[in-house]
Amino acid sequence: MKALNTLLEEKNNLLSIYFTCGFPKLEDTTTVITELEKSGVDFIEVGLPYSDPLADGPTIQDSSQKALQNGVNLDVVFEQLMTIKTTNRTPLVLMGYLNQMLKYGEDKFCQKVVECGIETLIIPDLPMVEYENHYQQLFDKYGLTNVFLITPNTEEDRIKKIDAYTKAFIYVVASSSITGAKGEISKEQIAYFERIKNMHLQSKLIVGFGISDKTTFDTACNYATGAIIGSAFIRYLAANGVSKIKDFIAPIIS
Amino acid sequence: MKSKFQPDKNGYFGQFGGAFIPELLYPNVKELEDNYIQIIESEEFQKEYKSLLKDYVGRPTPLYLAKRLSQKYGAHIYLKREDLNHTGAHKVNNTVGQILIAKKLGKTKIIAETGAGQHGVATATVCALMGLDCTVFMGEKDIERQAPNVARMKMLGAKVVAATSGSKTLKDATNEAIRYWIQNPETFYLIGSVVGPHPHPDMVARLQAIISEEMKWQLKEKTGKENPDTIIACVGGGSNAAGAFYHYFDDEEVELIAVEAAGLGVSSGESAATSQLGEVGIIHGSKTILMQDDYGQIVEPYSISAGLDYPGVGPLHAYLYESKRAKFMNATDQEALTAAYELTKIEGIIPALETAHALAVLPKMDLTKDQVVVINLSGRGDKDLEIYIKHLEA
Repeated sequence: MKALNTLLEEKNNLLSIYFTCGFPKLEDTTTVITELEKSGVDFIEVGLPYSDPLADGPTIQDSSQKALQNGVNLDVVFEQLMTIKTTNRTPLVLMGYLNQMLKYGEDKFCQKVVECGIETLIIPDLPMVEYENHYQQLFDKYGLTNVFLITPNTEEDRIKKIDAYTKAFIYVVASSSITGAKGEISKEQIAYFERIKNMHLQSKLIVGFGISDKTTFDTACNYATGAIIGSAFIRYLAANGVSKIKDFIAPIIS
Repeated sequence: MKSKFQPDKNGYFGQFGGAFIPELLYPNVKELEDNYIQIIESEEFQKEYKSLLKDYVGRPTPLYLAKRLSQKYGAHIYLKREDLNHTGAHKVNNTVGQILIAKKLGKTKIIAETGAGQHGVATATVCALMGLDCTVFMGEKDIERQAPNVARMKMLGAKVVAATSGSKTLKDATNEAIRYWIQNPETFYLIGSVVGPHPHPDMVARLQAIISEEMKWQLKEKTGKENPDTIIACVGGGSNAAGAFYHYFDDEEVELIAVEAAGLGVSSGESAATSQLGEVGIIHGSKTILMQDDYGQIVEPYSISAGLDYPGVGPLHAYLYESKRAKFMNATDQEALTAAYELTKIEGIIPALETAHALAVLPKMDLTKDQVVVINLSGRGDKDLEIYIKHLEA
């Protein structure tokens, strides 16, 4: 697997896709990753389905519930990821909620993540103070990197602090919303992207939440190194299954 | 000296608490954290809060010596009559306080979650009183089960939004309220129990503390001593218990008993006895004890009482459990029903189903004739009549 940081340095307009493990079918996890790679996606956000995903909108809630009904759990996900460890070259980022890691055992979780060749984590309900007091040390021990989120309401001082902690990229949440926001990117959002861009942070920026198609992707890329599409892809998977993933990706990167 | 039952600067009671929230909520929670103590301790707030509790809610609530109940169980049993509050339960102590905090912070839109509808009604009531916009999130299943409370909320001018995610009950209503809060950061989330991210558990505990504040002087008047031997309260999220225990945490000679809902039995698979079935985890922004599976997925609890039907417990209670400051007992659906019928028959008081769980542990205790016991009678049973009638016939 290629290092995410190398990619972030080398390329612009990076397209990242979020998907939910074990959705639409339990065994689809690896197929989705392989198909996304073939389609030219730059890096992939691997979503661990959770019963109570506070930061997620209806689309990802539904895919998570379906995946859990399919029988997916952390052990299954780690097994699935191990089977493609040597063949997959696209960087993977693991996204899940803190309670999943806590219950699995923090050290055991980190160890498994590393074994799967993953070095980057997104945990939306891991707050900065807990990171400082405990998780920074834990992640350092395993060579793992945590991705922090910033929002239109994050104060400048806090953004600077997040910038200092960041080793991969800062996740720029496009609006005050949960995942799956629809529609065009507004003037206010552009002003916010510009404000962040003009802070000239040392970290690379990746925009997410509300990015759904070529237009919103291209707009986001004017202000960041890349963008993440999640809910729109999940909706596509729900309707079309895993066989036509290329048809979703091609128009976006054309 | 600061009590060890107060949260530390990061909102922890021992290992429990904190604020495990997405960055999106950070400014909202920070604003409250920076201001809530100062507001609550201000003279202006205290004056308004106490005045509303007295003239609008009807406090102080009586501390009633239940003679026939005492006779039956061989102890001096007092009932703290929170059921006599306006809107029928202790919930309003909290909503009156929080609505004043919301106003002080300049908030005009209020959101809340509700299970059985008691907190929803108490929130809609204070919003009507203050002329503020009110939206209540309620699980789709609970909306079906609690039609009269839904109608009350609507009559009070609140908008009731069905939570259709997950198991469609209290846990999901809370998730939906939090998601709405993320998308509408200008709103004030008026949480109904001692749960959620810091400072919510501490704020709600402080607002419910009026219960034990009154108990102290009322007991002194009636018995000559401020402290009873034992205080019993039911626990779902834990707000009425937090209020009844609050001023007694550091009086270690006072036995505190928290009663959870065992549903069909603790090991039946249909239970809400979180302390017995749960493990350390994170729910609704707080590290606490939580019912979950081997992979940290939150498990849906069960109880006949919608107000105790919660898979977690407030972080303060998790700490009371772990530190053994409180004794945790539980009562099944059937035991609660039996206790409710008994209180109705021998004292003429129909308790809420939640409260009935607290009463239901009396037969399981070794009481002595001089023992002074206070049971927090957290709510009245009007809302549960349908269930009471159904089981009475059965």
